[in-house]
Amino acid sequence: MSVGGSSLAGIQPNASLVGDDITGRLKRATDESKLVKGLLIGTSLGFLTLVLFVPLVAIFAEALRKGIGVFLASFTNHAALSAIWLTVLTSAICVPLNVVFGLASAWAITKFQFRGKSALITLIDLPFAVSPVISGLIFVLLFGMQGLLGPWLRGHDIQIIFAAPGIVLATLFVTFPFVARELIPLMQEQGTDEELAAVSLGASGWQTFWRVTLPNVKWALLYGVILCNARAMGEFGAVSVVSGHIRGQTNTLPLHVEILYNEYNFAAAFAVASLLALLAILTLAAKTVVEWRVRREYAQALEPTGAEE
Amino acid sequence: MPVFGPQSKSFATLTEGRNLPLNAIRALASIVLSTTLVAVAGCGASSASSENATQTTSGKGDAAKPPVQLLNVSYDPTRELYLAVNKAFVAQWKERTGQTVTIEQSHGGSGKQARAVIDGLKGDVVTLALSYDVDQIAELGGLFPKDWQQRLPNNSCPYTSTIVFLVRKGNPKGIKDWDDLVKDGVQVITPNPKTSGGARYNYLAAWGYALKKYGNDDAKAKEFVAKLIKNVPVLDSGARGSTTTFVQNGIGDVLLAWENEAFLAVKELGPEKFEIVTPSVSILAEPPVTVVDKNAASHDAVEVANGYLKFLYSPEGQKIVAKNFYRPSEPKFADGEDIKRLPEIKLFTVNELFGSWANAQATHFADGGTFDSIYAPQK
Repeated sequence: MSVGGSSLAGIQPNASLVGDDITGRLKRATDESKLVKGLLIGTSLGFLTLVLFVPLVAIFAEALRKGIGVFLASFTNHAALSAIWLTVLTSAICVPLNVVFGLASAWAITKFQFRGKSALITLIDLPFAVSPVISGLIFVLLFGMQGLLGPWLRGHDIQIIFAAPGIVLATLFVTFPFVARELIPLMQEQGTDEELAAVSLGASGWQTFWRVTLPNVKWALLYGVILCNARAMGEFGAVSVVSGHIRGQTNTLPLHVEILYNEYNFAAAFAVASLLALLAILTLAAKTVVEWRVRREYAQALEPTGAEE
Repeated sequence: MPVFGPQSKSFATLTEGRNLPLNAIRALASIVLSTTLVAVAGCGASSASSENATQTTSGKGDAAKPPVQLLNVSYDPTRELYLAVNKAFVAQWKERTGQTVTIEQSHGGSGKQARAVIDGLKGDVVTLALSYDVDQIAELGGLFPKDWQQRLPNNSCPYTSTIVFLVRKGNPKGIKDWDDLVKDGVQVITPNPKTSGGARYNYLAAWGYALKKYGNDDAKAKEFVAKLIKNVPVLDSGARGSTTTFVQNGIGDVLLAWENEAFLAVKELGPEKFEIVTPSVSILAEPPVTVVDKNAASHDAVEVANGYLKFLYSPEGQKIVAKNFYRPSEPKFADGEDIKRLPEIKLFTVNELFGSWANAQATHFADGGTFDSIYAPQK
């Protein structure tokens, strides 16, 4: 099982175990001329450099162009600090809520049979399908003064759009599917056997959930959290629609970058952008580690079922 | 909640028959699902109310009046102007009344900003690009009376501006007047008149020039503007977006820009890169200001909002206006140097050539209007 799943490079050392016939075939499959190899590898490396590496370096180079002093000053003013605060606050609200929702929905979908299940799955995917601008406009139409609930909200002096709650709601909507989508395939793979065993041994619902289901998916859950967090902090489109662009109040980091850029303040714009880029790099690093653990979870999920069948 | 409620009852599991723990699981599932949704709804309300709380409880120190926050919702190129105005006004207001005021700014395309105020952005004052957008707020939002434009001097315009050309250093395409913009091979940068106030002035300025040139022949004017629009490779949503397209991304040969925006771009990005070309005739841009009565009244800011706008007309305000390359309504208050650098141009007004902004809007920029019929075939 594990041999079949690994990459070509991983097979080579095991070749003697598998037999000469396969070794020969494998050799032919990877035995291109040096020129072709070089060309293919060169093309992909060149492409990666151009599309990913150069822009990333450019962000940091541009951010530091006017010196470390200007770079640091970009983060210490009121507008930048409040943008950082709002961004952190937004993801601090959205990520836990989406963890609860993601767990609950993935659990319901994978461990139970009920009518309307496919409708629920479609609903969860909805935010992936619609453009972020629409996701923002939905809330303007709902909570705006000309919208459904606007006049009532105004009457009770509650401000939702063009304020922090609107930004949180829009972000919540956009990041809705991340945790659930990460959990559902794994939990489907794992099946309900362990839960059944726990239940038949007398475990309660809570016990089954905390001691069986949750430990089985913890790495996939963390993976979902990382992706959800990255999107929550980086979301631009939906947030832009509901933000109102009030400097120092309703600007998140991505919106702050746009404003700085529009004010010809390029060094500061790139400095703040580099903060977001740094977040992306950290996300990727964390993701790589977690991905590795998730793969192990998958392997564990597959092995017992494989033995039964 | 209604989506999940009924379904949670129909949960049927693989362990049908063992109903004791099952009920627990079912109940749990529906509790978790519904608390998620309640929590979502709750967080909106709670953070909204905490915001209000900070506004009312932060009043301490001043004997006079509690500190107040003012939101100025403005159009794209006024960021630098209002940064300077706010600083001066805050100091003056503190000295005169003892009240501390903080002023927040929000900028974007004029039409988009008006829309945001109509939808509930709580601006205390609006300082937009053209009166039509402010009319819309009065009409659709009902946040201040429809005769708002009579409330302040000079039709509520403390400053005016016009439309000029920004070209690359040395003017390689030899652009001197509107005629040069419709030539083949000249790329013109202007924002989208649907969302940008500046773009509507650009468009009407070109139209007005053509009217004057062809003896008020509307068909000829339409042909002229259509040719100009054909030369536009990028249509940004706001004036500032167009400026960055032209100066930062190096696209196009000429930028149709607010005079203040053109001067600012030259100042910020270097006179060695760009120069300003003044056409033979252009349009008088009249960006009006007004207090959004209902929003200001909701947090006791009417007085300071009025004071803020009056400050724009004061000698100090007018001086700042001219410093930032706008044309002050009372030039006598401004520094002579600041006035001298603005070239004399023959200017026509929107009312002269198009009757009124409402008229111009209906004929040219409404859905199915002239701009649509010019622009649509290109796509």
